[in-house]
Amino acid sequence: MSILRETKWALLELFPEQKAGEADAEKAAREKAKADALAKIEAEAKAKAEAEAKAKAKSEGKEGEAASSDSPKKPSKVQETAAESASVDLAAKVKGEAAKQAAPVEEIEEPESDEPPISLEPEGARPYGVMVRSYAARGYHLDVFCAPDQVVAAAELLDGAGFSLEAVTGVDWIKEEQLEVVYDYNRTDGQLCRVAVRTRVPRSAPEVPTVSHIFSGANWHERETHEFFGIVFQGHPYLVPLLLPEDADFHPLLKDFTP
Amino acid sequence: MTVPIQCAPDETFVLNLGPQHPATHGVLRVKLTMDGEYVVKAEPVLGYIHRMHEKMAESGTFAQFMGNTPRMDYLSALSYNQGYVMAVERAAGIQVPERAEYIRTITVELNRISSHLLWFGAFVLDLGGFTPLLYAFDDREKILDLLEHVTGSRLTYCYYRFGGVYNDIDDDFITGTRAFIKRLRSRLPSQYHDLVTGNIILIKRLKDIGIISQEICRKYGATGPVLRGSGIKYDVRRNEPYSIYPELKFDIPCYKECDSMARYMVRMDEIEQSLRIIEQALDKLPGGPVQAKVPKTLKPAAVDCYANVEAARGSFGCRLVCDGDKGPYRLKLRSPTYSNLSLFGEVAEGMLLADALAFMGSLDLVIPEIDR
Repeated sequence: MSILRETKWALLELFPEQKAGEADAEKAAREKAKADALAKIEAEAKAKAEAEAKAKAKSEGKEGEAASSDSPKKPSKVQETAAESASVDLAAKVKGEAAKQAAPVEEIEEPESDEPPISLEPEGARPYGVMVRSYAARGYHLDVFCAPDQVVAAAELLDGAGFSLEAVTGVDWIKEEQLEVVYDYNRTDGQLCRVAVRTRVPRSAPEVPTVSHIFSGANWHERETHEFFGIVFQGHPYLVPLLLPEDADFHPLLKDFTP
Repeated sequence: MTVPIQCAPDETFVLNLGPQHPATHGVLRVKLTMDGEYVVKAEPVLGYIHRMHEKMAESGTFAQFMGNTPRMDYLSALSYNQGYVMAVERAAGIQVPERAEYIRTITVELNRISSHLLWFGAFVLDLGGFTPLLYAFDDREKILDLLEHVTGSRLTYCYYRFGGVYNDIDDDFITGTRAFIKRLRSRLPSQYHDLVTGNIILIKRLKDIGIISQEICRKYGATGPVLRGSGIKYDVRRNEPYSIYPELKFDIPCYKECDSMARYMVRMDEIEQSLRIIEQALDKLPGGPVQAKVPKTLKPAAVDCYANVEAARGSFGCRLVCDGDKGPYRLKLRSPTYSNLSLFGEVAEGMLLADALAFMGSLDLVIPEIDR
């Protein structure tokens, strides 16, 4: 089992509701991805055929009408009719090509089936759960959104799986009256799997339990997040300012902070 | 060997190391609780050069923050340039031309060598050897001249742009770099390894001092030469390939001893590997543009992405949160020495003060990068 899939299913322990329906959801997502890939190939083949037809029409048009060559944006009637007829001729060919190319796609998809498919963006507010992200677009693989009291369980789970904590930070979503806490996990054993665990707390009472007893490195990261955002990490042994002066009573990374 | 404290200390005193102390290379203060010559507790006190780069990022556009990145780690500034542009390129979906990627790799590896050379000189100076510093600075000077030629600055480079680099390299730079590779290769065995690495005083000061176990590395999130000196072969360039590194042949130096000597050896070997990388990149350097077509004002869609590079001191990460506006909504800068220093307190417990300072030197601290 790939590390990504293994970690995903381990993290799903935190979300029994999602876990129950996840096998079906993965299957559906995989089928949708396959359908999308097919549609893409079909569209590409069609576009290619059209371009070919146009090129053919252009060369034909050139022969008939040399004067129109200086205005390539405005196709002459001859070109248009040629393109139309060519595209009609090619319509059948396109379908045939798409069908031909569809077969290898299925062959390619099968061995990759161990990797979980990329999750779709939820509509509206995001529910608690695990999402698989596109690494190329985001820079991490798994995106976990959990309740504030689940961060410790998530940290314990990832600690047991051999992850290390890279950073803890906050984001001030002032419009939604919420503060987000993000934990970035990474592996250093050669297997590539980055996990972002995030939780949101109300701005009026920002309290999250500490994970510093699990990852000693979180001690400083949490102190920093506390002084910059005012987020209280319950159970932290030494929650005093780290980078700001020791008597600092302001939180500079809040969006409504004015120096 | 570190000698464990025999009995509970009856009488301890607090020793204030820094913030202006030559061994801390910058404004780091360490509050040491001492039992005679032994460290009972060490608590680094940070923030003396804190500038709140992250807030500055939020108040400007993407391009306006470029000038801040080299001011975090002024010794390997180009890695910080690269980490930030990679995060923005990922958010905005910008493709970088191949020639630009090669130029980035050549310059960033030159910068890595210059950073390791400065660390080498300063570290040996901490241990009482003055001469090697002069050799290291002599070689480093050549790199600064080369980089000044293409970037326009000697230390706080702001050379990379979203989708490319600011300036193409010319033949002078290429010949100069090739000459430098030859020069450093001829000097490494005699002026570095014969003089310093094999020196019995250095070995006695570093061997079996400052043991960082693999578990401590994992718990604190240590990266870079600190991690590779503890026998974990992790390098972002290899494990999470970016730019053109997958096309180049290089080794990841790794030592299992976990002591200060291992970290010293990792960095010395990395200088040689960086020379190899530069040589290959120069050989393969393709033609073409050095800058992709990028709109003047970037407005990436609302997305939250992460980009990592291997800086001279470890893994530098940028977490960029965009809300569809012209600047970052939030930019988290994950600096490597921050995590590497956070383990100092635990490891330094029970060490002799002189050994603790040698151990601190082996972590290769750059304070502005910790404080940001």
